[in-house]
Amino acid sequence: MSLTLLNVLAAVIIAITFVATNAAYLVWAERKGAGFIQRRPGPTENGPWGLLQPPVDGIKLMTKQLLIPGGVDKIIFVIAPVLAMFPSVVSFVTIPFSDTIVAHNVNIGLLMIFVFGSMSAMALLMGGWSSRNKYSMISSVRAVSQAVAYEIPMLITAITVVMIAGSLDLMEIVHKQSGGFWHWNIWPFQKGLFNILMPVSFLIFFVCSLAETNRAPFDLGEAESELVAGYHTEYSSMGFGLFFMGEYANIVIGACLTTILFLGGWDCPFGLVPGVWWFIVKIYILIFTFIWIRWTFPRTTIYSLLNLSWKVLIPISLFNLLLTAGLLKVF
Amino acid sequence: MGTENIPASLIHFASADKLINLGRANSLWPLTFGIACCAIEMMATGCARFDLARFGAEVFRPSPRQSDVMIVAGTVNKKMAPGIKTLYDQMPEPKWVIALGNCAISGGPFVYEGQYNIIEGADKFLPVDIYIPGCPPRPEALIEGIIELEYKITGWRRWPKVKAE
Repeated sequence: MSLTLLNVLAAVIIAITFVATNAAYLVWAERKGAGFIQRRPGPTENGPWGLLQPPVDGIKLMTKQLLIPGGVDKIIFVIAPVLAMFPSVVSFVTIPFSDTIVAHNVNIGLLMIFVFGSMSAMALLMGGWSSRNKYSMISSVRAVSQAVAYEIPMLITAITVVMIAGSLDLMEIVHKQSGGFWHWNIWPFQKGLFNILMPVSFLIFFVCSLAETNRAPFDLGEAESELVAGYHTEYSSMGFGLFFMGEYANIVIGACLTTILFLGGWDCPFGLVPGVWWFIVKIYILIFTFIWIRWTFPRTTIYSLLNLSWKVLIPISLFNLLLTAGLLKVF
Repeated sequence: MGTENIPASLIHFASADKLINLGRANSLWPLTFGIACCAIEMMATGCARFDLARFGAEVFRPSPRQSDVMIVAGTVNKKMAPGIKTLYDQMPEPKWVIALGNCAISGGPFVYEGQYNIIEGADKFLPVDIYIPGCPPRPEALIEGIIELEYKITGWRRWPKVKAE
């Protein structure tokens, strides 16, 4: 792959456009989905089916006063929202959408995504800490403890998949799953591998990606009933907009990663033309599930949230790891 | 003094203003706070039967830094007023205020000889843009108020006015 300047530029533009469009229109999908689940129409008046709502919101957020409250740590306060958005854009560089559509495939792609994924917790911490607001600080402490707690089972589950595929290369992981519906990692009875816990590890990974992206029922970081608006309480205008978009971009990353690791990437379930469309279909089904869960379940408490991770998910995922290692050795 | 040929400017500030106003009018995010019984009607407006979401105004932001319109929904007493004023001051520009219900307009039923604790109207200490009468107003009235506020911002009314029969 020749990396000319033009290639890099095109990749950057496509990645940013994809992330920004997705983030903006997922907000619309969220509001519309909330509407359908709560038996109301959702945004309808601005454009057909309310499709003009995201640009309208964008214009409003961009033209609103950017308020930096007195007494905040200015530099960190300004950097934090950018840092919330930046890792999710960078992560898209290595995510393969199909055999040919990938900005730059690196052979440690999975590791790179996890590294950038843990950076977003730092953005929340910086945003909450620098705001000089007690609610922001409590929220950022919560968000970080949650991110740390859920990163562990997520990584352990990812290691299970990496052991099966024998590679950290996302392309390689998808290629190992090619061959139709029953070859995907989510199913227990793979060729030569009889790990009956694979559906469980898919579930663990999905729950962890819910928690990592600070989504309901795990959105303890921005619990409105307790902490005003969480770590972005003091952010107005596009500062808040970037946090908001970063959250949705992270959802897309989470869906992409789940698809690649467990659902066969761009592999077609019926052996028909494999291609980017299957990948897109799968990630949007997962994203719909994210929205569905958010508007169906109430928020947990911070204790049960941490207990779920340390007492349930981590032991199960460790056992799963051992079982997979053993089975790989035996068969 | 002849007629001058002024070249058309590259950026049309008037149309940019229009666009910005249209953006602001169509995503009015209210501040989550209700003081009295009018807040119940405000909640009903956001729910399934009336659905404020149709106009993009259902995003009730809990933080004043992220909200555009403050709906003063209920009786303002003297103990509450400083808090409301602080919340208003914490909202970034541009911001609007809707006085919902008779209490927020003029004190409503609490105006009588010797009353000592109720502020007679939110406009005693806030620049109110829209007054919505009623005790409490129906959710349709709040929606009408939002549409009227949109009209105030853009000069363009979303739906034609309905004449009273």
